[in-house]
Amino acid sequence: MDAITENLDLFLSGYWTSLKICLIALVGALVLGTIIAGFRVSPVAPLRWVGATWVNMIRNAPLTVVLFFFAFGLPEIGILGSYWIFGISALIVYTSAFVCEAIRAGINSVSAGQAEAARAIGLPFTATLREVVLPQAFRTSIPPLGSVLIAMFKNSAVLGAFGVGGDLFSVSETLTSARGYAATPVLVGVAVGYLMITLPAAGLLALLERKTAIIR
Amino acid sequence: MRTKSLIALLAASALALTACGGDDGAEPGTDDTAPVTSTDPMESPDEGSGDMTFEAGTTMAELSDAGTIQIGTKFDQPGFGLKGLSGGPEGFDVEVAKIIAGAMGITEDNIEWVETPSKVREEVIEQGKVDMVVATYTMNEKRAERIAFAGPYYMAGQQLMVAADDDTITGPESLMENPNAKVCSVTGSTPSEQIKEYLANDSQLVLFDVYDKCADALRTGQVQVVTTDNVILLGFVSESDGEFKLVGEQFTEEPYGIGIEKGDTAFCEFINETLQENEDAYNEAWSSTAGAVEGASPAELPEPEPCV
Repeated sequence: MDAITENLDLFLSGYWTSLKICLIALVGALVLGTIIAGFRVSPVAPLRWVGATWVNMIRNAPLTVVLFFFAFGLPEIGILGSYWIFGISALIVYTSAFVCEAIRAGINSVSAGQAEAARAIGLPFTATLREVVLPQAFRTSIPPLGSVLIAMFKNSAVLGAFGVGGDLFSVSETLTSARGYAATPVLVGVAVGYLMITLPAAGLLALLERKTAIIR
Repeated sequence: MRTKSLIALLAASALALTACGGDDGAEPGTDDTAPVTSTDPMESPDEGSGDMTFEAGTTMAELSDAGTIQIGTKFDQPGFGLKGLSGGPEGFDVEVAKIIAGAMGITEDNIEWVETPSKVREEVIEQGKVDMVVATYTMNEKRAERIAFAGPYYMAGQQLMVAADDDTITGPESLMENPNAKVCSVTGSTPSEQIKEYLANDSQLVLFDVYDKCADALRTGQVQVVTTDNVILLGFVSESDGEFKLVGEQFTEEPYGIGIEKGDTAFCEFINETLQENEDAYNEAWSSTAGAVEGASPAELPEPEPCV
């Protein structure tokens, strides 16, 4: 217990950094994933191809490989930047493929009649998607989206190995290696820290699911 | 019928488990108070290889009688402990460990090498999984609360590595004047903590999980400085084909010690004496491993710290 109480400020700063990473990546992945999902159901064939290629390439690569491409591949071709931006971008890109598929499942669950009715009153494709289909699709997508996002929160621990310092998992490395604390209590503290991110998130999602439930 | 055989299986595995537990308790090296294990304590000093006589009950007597030792070292540290695809680990730490094992009459073949990365070193000693740890192990007070250190056997020091064409960074002091220069080290390492006082702000520090990534980031220009112990940097400089160079003096002292069980003063004193008595072997160990890197300074065996 001493390991946690003596270093509470370090744990809190790690928790805060991880939370920041998660929140930025959450917004980024939702936006990007929704756009890609739009591509995949669009009437324009090249956009559908782009969407399908994106999902199949990124979803099938390990997260560390995607991170390597950003943190070491981009500098190799002369694109220099902060590891913070590289790391979060990689996390957003990686998660967007999963978000896209969860949302596409939701879109497919909306009956075709809804889209046809929207077209019948003269809405163009983007408006059909934005005003009619997506609002219904998101409700259905909440449970799978929840799993994807919680997985992303936990994946954020990998960023520490790619130059994004100060996150919750890096704190454990600092305490166990440099300052000689026993690993087990420190890691328990880290696990509790991640639970403090994922459990409230799961609670919020459950609330959101109840609030947006509709009678079909 | 199926339930019966399941119960029998459970009972058998429970037996097997308790048997294992019993073995662990009796393992040599985990228990100082255990009596001499050899059958005839009066005669045992005369047996074996000549002048190896140790007071009964000491770690040395137990290890010498057993004829084997478990030593923790790094498997990924060029020059100190690096394990290739075949054979045991190689490097300065490994050679130093061999000198100590040899003084107890234990040959190379009877050493069992255990990989001990930085974060598990205290744990494996406390749990008795190894008899000693020789793994670029900086002696400090925090660590000495849990284990004991013999030595030091080498005085490393932190230094800076920059690109060969970089003239702006000349030493740790110039980091403050160049707040845009990124400094790379490894998460949780002692150097990453010690460099902080020389930095203009925290965001100057870039941390990875291994030093290889730092060297790569320095090559592509993502970071301007890599910092850690001089010996590790020398390995990168020698591999870089003149792309990297070291700048400035060593600005910290990192005494590398040998980790042993807390309170085992006799073993600590034995290790210190062994090193003092084998200075030739020590120098030979250095010049054939980490000391062979171009630009490395000759090793000098430091005065041992008192054993506690």
